[in-house]
Amino acid sequence: MSSENQESEAPLESGEEKQQDSQEKDANPVKSEEAKLKSKYPNLGQKPGGSDFLMKRLQKGQKYFDSGDYNMAKAKMKSKQLPVAGPEKGLVTGDHIPTPQDLPQRKSSLVTSKLAG
Amino acid sequence: MAGAGGGANDVQWCFSQVKGAIDDDVAEADIISTVEFNHSGELLATGDKGGRVVIFQQDIENKSQPQCRSEYNVYSTFQSHEPEFDYLKSLEIEEKINKIRWLPQKNAAQFLLSTNDKTIKLWKISERDKRPEGYNLKEEDGRYRDANTITTLRVPVFRPMDLMVEASPRRIFANAHTYHINSISVNSDDMTYLSADDLRINLWHLEITDRSFNVVDIKPANMEELTEVITAAEFHPHQCNTFVYSSSKGTIRLCDMRASALCDKHSKLFEEPEDPSNRSFFSEIISSISDVKFSHSGRYMMTRDYLSVKIWDLNMENRPVETYQVHEYLRSKLCSLYENDCIFDKFECCWNGNDSVVMTGSYNNFFRMLDRTQHRDVTLEASRECSKPRQVLKPRRVCAGGKRKKDEISVDSLDFNKKILHTAWHPQENVIAVATTNNLYIFQEKVN
Repeated sequence: MSSENQESEAPLESGEEKQQDSQEKDANPVKSEEAKLKSKYPNLGQKPGGSDFLMKRLQKGQKYFDSGDYNMAKAKMKSKQLPVAGPEKGLVTGDHIPTPQDLPQRKSSLVTSKLAG
Repeated sequence: MAGAGGGANDVQWCFSQVKGAIDDDVAEADIISTVEFNHSGELLATGDKGGRVVIFQQDIENKSQPQCRSEYNVYSTFQSHEPEFDYLKSLEIEEKINKIRWLPQKNAAQFLLSTNDKTIKLWKISERDKRPEGYNLKEEDGRYRDANTITTLRVPVFRPMDLMVEASPRRIFANAHTYHINSISVNSDDMTYLSADDLRINLWHLEITDRSFNVVDIKPANMEELTEVITAAEFHPHQCNTFVYSSSKGTIRLCDMRASALCDKHSKLFEEPEDPSNRSFFSEIISSISDVKFSHSGRYMMTRDYLSVKIWDLNMENRPVETYQVHEYLRSKLCSLYENDCIFDKFECCWNGNDSVVMTGSYNNFFRMLDRTQHRDVTLEASRECSKPRQVLKPRRVCAGGKRKKDEISVDSLDFNKKILHTAWHPQENVIAVATTNNLYIFQEKVN
């Protein structure tokens, strides 16, 4: 079996290449997208795939109100600044508290899947 | 019927069936989250966000005749997982079924593993088609007879009854994962399986629920140093000592459990070197691998990242042997795809039975068939508009810019809420299952 690297479509046969034919190819649509994003969100982190982004992924899950957490956070707020991803950020306690507006709606009761209907 | 041979362009695909509600108002619970054929292809399981599993069975009555099309009908449905609450962290544990994996069949019953974010369950699905009648001490409706009225003895006999399919949980594998389980994979040794979360992979014995062996742990001592997470893992189809896991940075590590007990050090590292001139804010995000699947032969593995599908030869670590663009036209839309979170969508991919064609989903309810042997590809659509019985699916084309031809759809008209994340291919036949948000489509090869 040959080991050549193949692409099944010609690189960038799409129209945007024609529109930017004075410049280079591949990276360009992506670079202009990146510029668009940076102009919209100038404070976007320097490490997009880094800690903050991954932390968010690890903490996925609906957080509910916890009075213990709330009071602890209130106490912390006095001494610290707005908390960012700290050392033990695997634990989602203390600083990330939903407001009543963030609380989810009550889930509907369990019924049989419509695929089986 | 031809086997799973023939390329994507030899085969014409026809609509066969669609399951699920027609209305556009989709309840969250109905969102399909996994689709999987069993090893014979006779059974097709789906899992949804509501924690339910629905199993369809292929009607095999007329299968001996090649002209006949077989249909999948509901075989069993049950609630696999329910929502739970982690009191320590005040976090809800979703009941969404992340993955279903079938065990090879060993007796009359069928077994599958289903998992949500935290707990894996082994389900036994068995048939009951006869029941005992003629008890001495009980009436037919179950009430006990007055002992004084019993004057004779009889032997209860089994009589046929309407088929009943029962699902019962036989094992519950819980409390082994701090982070969210993304993969489960049954080993070819028929005794063990692995489960992977964002940072760890555990090895289980199917009979033992109170113990699990950690084989990979990439959690850094200081969480601020975290740079990548595990995105998928799978056992080799034949070598019971080998498994792979993919990462959010686009790498795949192959581990050999014979080398050491803890497989933090990989045996092989598959990574395609990045062209530094192409580096952008989006590079790492779109290189994150959302699925990894071994070929049936065990010689190759396929990875899916946001824009492409790559085939790797296990003997070559420094680059894939084949790369296919799934929807390259999205490269100029990455900014808005980041803003609406679509850039984080996790598409799966699958092989056909003889590893000649691979399939993966896209947006607008499009899915792609990539023929490795004929080097051709086709884009098809799963929609109610192409759902007349045996209707042949027409290839779809997306126009990335410039003048839009007739029958093409422009990138800006694509519906990014209609995503096909989960697809499955029958292990032996050209039958595919494609899940849209809340509907399951079954397509079959056109038989003349």
